[in-house]
Amino acid sequence: MKIAVLSGKGGTGKTLVSVNLAAAAKDSMYVDCDVEEPNGHLFFKPEEVKSRQVAVEIPLVDGDKCTGCRVCVDFCNYNALAWIGGELKIFDEICHSCGGCIVLCPEKALKGKEKVVGQVQRGKSEGVTVFTGMLNPGVASGVPIIKELLKETGGKEQIFIDCPPGSACIVMETVAAADYCILVAEPTLFGVHNLSMVWELVKHMGKPCGVVLNKCLEEENPAEKFCAEKGIEIIGSIPFDSELGLLNSNALIAVRENAKYEKLFRDLLLRVTREVRP
Amino acid sequence: MKQLLILSGKGGTGKTTIASAFIELARAKAFADCDVDAPNLHLVAKLTAEPQRKDFYGLPKAEIDAEICIHCNRCRDNCRFDAIHKNEDYHVDIFACEGCGLCAALCPVKAISMKPAVAGELILNDKDTVFSSACLKMGSGNSGLLVSSVKKQMKDAAENADFAIIDGSPGIGCPVIASLSGVDIVLIVAEPSLSGFSDMERILHTAAYFQMPAAVCINKYDVNPGNTEKIVDYCQENSLPFVGKIPFDNEAVRAVNSGRTIVEGSGHASQAVREVFKNTLEILIGLGDEDDE
Repeated sequence: MKIAVLSGKGGTGKTLVSVNLAAAAKDSMYVDCDVEEPNGHLFFKPEEVKSRQVAVEIPLVDGDKCTGCRVCVDFCNYNALAWIGGELKIFDEICHSCGGCIVLCPEKALKGKEKVVGQVQRGKSEGVTVFTGMLNPGVASGVPIIKELLKETGGKEQIFIDCPPGSACIVMETVAAADYCILVAEPTLFGVHNLSMVWELVKHMGKPCGVVLNKCLEEENPAEKFCAEKGIEIIGSIPFDSELGLLNSNALIAVRENAKYEKLFRDLLLRVTREVRP
Repeated sequence: MKQLLILSGKGGTGKTTIASAFIELARAKAFADCDVDAPNLHLVAKLTAEPQRKDFYGLPKAEIDAEICIHCNRCRDNCRFDAIHKNEDYHVDIFACEGCGLCAALCPVKAISMKPAVAGELILNDKDTVFSSACLKMGSGNSGLLVSSVKKQMKDAAENADFAIIDGSPGIGCPVIASLSGVDIVLIVAEPSLSGFSDMERILHTAAYFQMPAAVCINKYDVNPGNTEKIVDYCQENSLPFVGKIPFDNEAVRAVNSGRTIVEGSGHASQAVREVFKNTLEILIGLGDEDDE
């Protein structure tokens, strides 16, 4: 089973939930798709790490062959090419790597060159395979790295995908790969507003889902109210607790540190498993 | 117009809480929410009128006319975004399509056309103060373009404002890069966790990549004093201005849930945010002097 952990809002506890579920499952895989800010590896501290660079193809011009016809300039919807001062200029950072200019150039003056956008790392932490994507600073899109991660996700019965925040195209990629989605919500109006956005996305994609309430205080919980109104299943709740907060802020895996949290996440894991395979 | 952008790398460190406090303290005449993927600033911005909303068009998306299509597969072979699927007929996955137009350019029978596509909504409040924001359509790309439009909308509507506060999005990718352009200083809201530290380093590298001056503050610093110290040391070692630390305060959650800003109370956090605001402004004013010389 592949479980995607999402939230809409950042900082609600996606990494806390996905890391601890993977650790509670013991023989499992943890996939960090939050490639802009990957943090799961800080918790797992994986060993035997193997890294591989991820590259996209961008155009390179052969000035001798280019006749200045500007077919490529006119074609590029991203304005990544320009004819300036009798010369073709290519703006690597704006290029979306569609490859159109290379295909369409009548003189075959453009060819592809690799541009590294980040890397994927695979390692082990006890029984957990830790698979992480990392985007290089200055690069706009992490989608190629996420695609690379999802292509190689498998080989374990229980797979937990730590998703990026938001509800944009990049999140959709990760949701599409999942059998079940866990939405992590915090008890603030901000949290509820973003929860509703990501819930719409999950619903639209026809994926079953449940909510985990995090940082729960004694007072009224707007996220809980939202779930009741919309008929969304609440599959677990994690109390606001300074001990857990401290463990988490020191990048320690609560499940491995304290039997109390091991029970909490084992119970959640059982519940999730029941939801996926009734 | 001097522009202050608030970023964090990691989500949930308190960007919007601090942005809304700064707006209150500065009595800002212009502000914007560039977190188009998960906007929240409007929830505490105390707006008195209904905003104007208009559709935001991203790049056009491909559409295949099944009547004309001869199933030659050229579009599918050449699409780098895996956006063209084949069941009985060929069709475009509009969420995957990035609007490059290569399929339309290659189709030998002109079965593919590029159709305008709404990628989100631009929202503007301009009664009393200018508040520019947007909401990206679910599953959409083009968030960088939308962020640029939010900032342009703010500048156009508030030509005479001398100071603007911009709430940014988490991460280091497309929307963050778009939000960086044209601002004068970035305030990074860090949190004292090892995750927060790692994310802060990544956003600082990104700001440096685009040669943007940055200052750092720490929110909820007392949750982990050891990590707070590490962040302060890091700033010192890297000659980054450190503008203050804000304690954890339950009042902050209550304030947000009742649509208030944190500086409307008198708690510890409120005092600390005032200090951070003062220090950040001093740096911004200093940068201004350099520009004039």
